Amino acid sequence: MNRFEWLLALRFLREGRMQSLLILAGVTGGVAVIIFLTQLINQLQGTIIDRVLSSQAHIVIRPAEEAPLRITPDQYLAAQVQPRGQRLRSIDQWESIAQLARQTPGVRAVSPVASGPAFARHNLASKSIALVGMIPDNYRQVVKMSNYMIKGNFDLSGDQTIIGKDLASDLGVTTGDRIQIITESGTQQTLTIVALFDLNNKDLNKRWVFTTLRMSQSLLNIPGGVSNIDLTVDDLFQAKRLAQRLSAQTGLLIESWMETNSGLLNALSNQTVTNNLIRIFIVIIVALGITSVLVVSVVQKQKEIGILRAMGAKRGQVMRIFLLQGALFGTLGSIIGASLSFALLTLFSTVYKASDGSALFAAQLDPKLVIMATTVAMVVGILSALVPARRAAHMDPVQAIRS
Amino acid sequence: MINILQLAHIYKSYGIGTGVETEVLHDINLTLARGSFHALTGPSGSGKSTLLNLIGLLESPTKGELIINGQNTNQLNDQELTQLRGQSLGFVFQFHHLLPAFNALENVMMPAFINNQYTQYQAVKRATDLLSAVGLADALHKKPAELSGGMQQRVAIARALMMSPPLVLADEPTGNLDTHSADEIFKLMRKINQEQDIAFLIVTHDPRLGERCDLTINLIDGYLR
Ligand SMILES: Nc1ncnc2c1ncn2[C@@H]1O[C@H](COP(=O)(O)OP(=O)(O)OP(=O)(O)O)[C@@H](O)[C@H]1O
Ligand SMILES: [Mg+2]
Repeated sequence: MNRFEWLLALRFLREGRMQSLLILAGVTGGVAVIIFLTQLINQLQGTIIDRVLSSQAHIVIRPAEEAPLRITPDQYLAAQVQPRGQRLRSIDQWESIAQLARQTPGVRAVSPVASGPAFARHNLASKSIALVGMIPDNYRQVVKMSNYMIKGNFDLSGDQTIIGKDLASDLGVTTGDRIQIITESGTQQTLTIVALFDLNNKDLNKRWVFTTLRMSQSLLNIPGGVSNIDLTVDDLFQAKRLAQRLSAQTGLLIESWMETNSGLLNALSNQTVTNNLIRIFIVIIVALGITSVLVVSVVQKQKEIGILRAMGAKRGQVMRIFLLQGALFGTLGSIIGASLSFALLTLFSTVYKASDGSALFAAQLDPKLVIMATTVAMVVGILSALVPARRAAHMDPVQAIRS
Repeated sequence: MINILQLAHIYKSYGIGTGVETEVLHDINLTLARGSFHALTGPSGSGKSTLLNLIGLLESPTKGELIINGQNTNQLNDQELTQLRGQSLGFVFQFHHLLPAFNALENVMMPAFINNQYTQYQAVKRATDLLSAVGLADALHKKPAELSGGMQQRVAIARALMMSPPLVLADEPTGNLDTHSADEIFKLMRKINQEQDIAFLIVTHDPRLGERCDLTINLIDGYLR
């Protein structure tokens, strides 16, 4: 490629200014929509997954024989309404299993939890709750509790407890007050509230009552045992694979968030499929646009091409003029398109907010996405130019000169 | 080697394989010496342009040998023919065929760009010299549309000389000009021929111009007379 091809490509584009601008606008629009949509959907999906996982472990290990039991308030309620008559099961040799999980590559944090149903009482008010006994340092790595504290820190010892803001208001208590915990088996204990949390989830705010691991173990009558082990992984979407692997190694019931939220995951992947379809259609339309504009341009430039060939321009040179034009449309269009999509994202992020006023997504462009879009646009531009360029290269110079 | 061009038993037919095959040139034998100045005349439709396009390597003969600058063109592929055309031949057409998007200077430099031979500086210098030589020193940056027919043809001549080809082919270069301009253009070509020893083969309808050439080749119904 030398100055000849560049000179001709640019000058021809300038000559057909209207056509050039129109197709450039087409490519720009197409790329802007693709980047905007992708960025929007990626961010929204990220936000949704973040919110779903904010109070959930990526992977939960439970005792082998136990029927699937999820830590949701409803199920504690169900367990309450229809007592099992069987005491809470602990995971056999949970220390070695926790150790195994810790050593598994891809697992970031491990938190043993002793949890089960109980009642919380203050004065005359009594509420059914879920005891969550854990080691704060470990648990914080699984659920980012520090982000949700409205009073005090997520830290406790001895007979201290941390409860949600809705339970606190139901019972009419606040930090410094004491509440009484009563379990099915009749064990009682008075705990001092040291902090309040708000998980942006009313049910959890009403039910979760954190204690030390040891406290819950004794209240739930599983001394030294844990009811489940919660894990966090590095790559969210590897959770299922890791869960299966651990399950095969231990024979325990191990579930990842991907199974617990399969409905959500399906919805997200449907959204991704739709987005991909839209992207493919836009690419095809833009490619056809470039091709048709260049086909017209080649016909218009028939005479010039003939003259150039008479002056010794090789077929390859003529071909490269038009391939270059295609590449220029793609590259320029995607650069302008990326800027445009950034503008759109900025606009959308200020107009559309989550119900709590926080931004649903940030006006951010993923550089990888922009580079990929530009590369794809350039390649598509060249491919779209292939047919017209070949036509130009194989045009008969004599015909152009005779006419 | 004293001949710039040698044609031996050249035939050209159109429409081969279509059932309406017409032979336009029949057994053409022709030799042009280096630095010669020939006119090619003949009635309309006699095959002058066809012959010139064959010599210009824009078309290939159906049969026969065509030797340019010592190169037998029969064995050359498209790429090599294009290369030979760019290096050894200059063209001047009746309808000047300048590139409208480029100014006079750029048009003249175009062959240098195509063949990627001169540096930008050299190309500008040479093109400027050539345009001055054809009397257009003041019109370097004018687009073809801003030039008169005669001026456009001067630009075309300058362009044909850019790569210093040993042979310039001109197809009715004055056909579109008034008598005065035609005379000027003809004189210019003659001057270049004499000063730079560049051979010219000029198709013309004008018998007066033919008389002023070294030799007039007459083509009638595809036969050389
Ligand atoms: N591509 C083609 N297909 C078929 N016939 C052709 C083609 N090109 C030229 N001819 C025919 O060849 C003959 C010679 O044409 P050519 O253009 O060489 O004549 P010419 O001597 O240059 O005429 P003029 O003085 O009018 O320019 C004509 O009869 C023309 O119709
Ligand atoms: Mg003719």
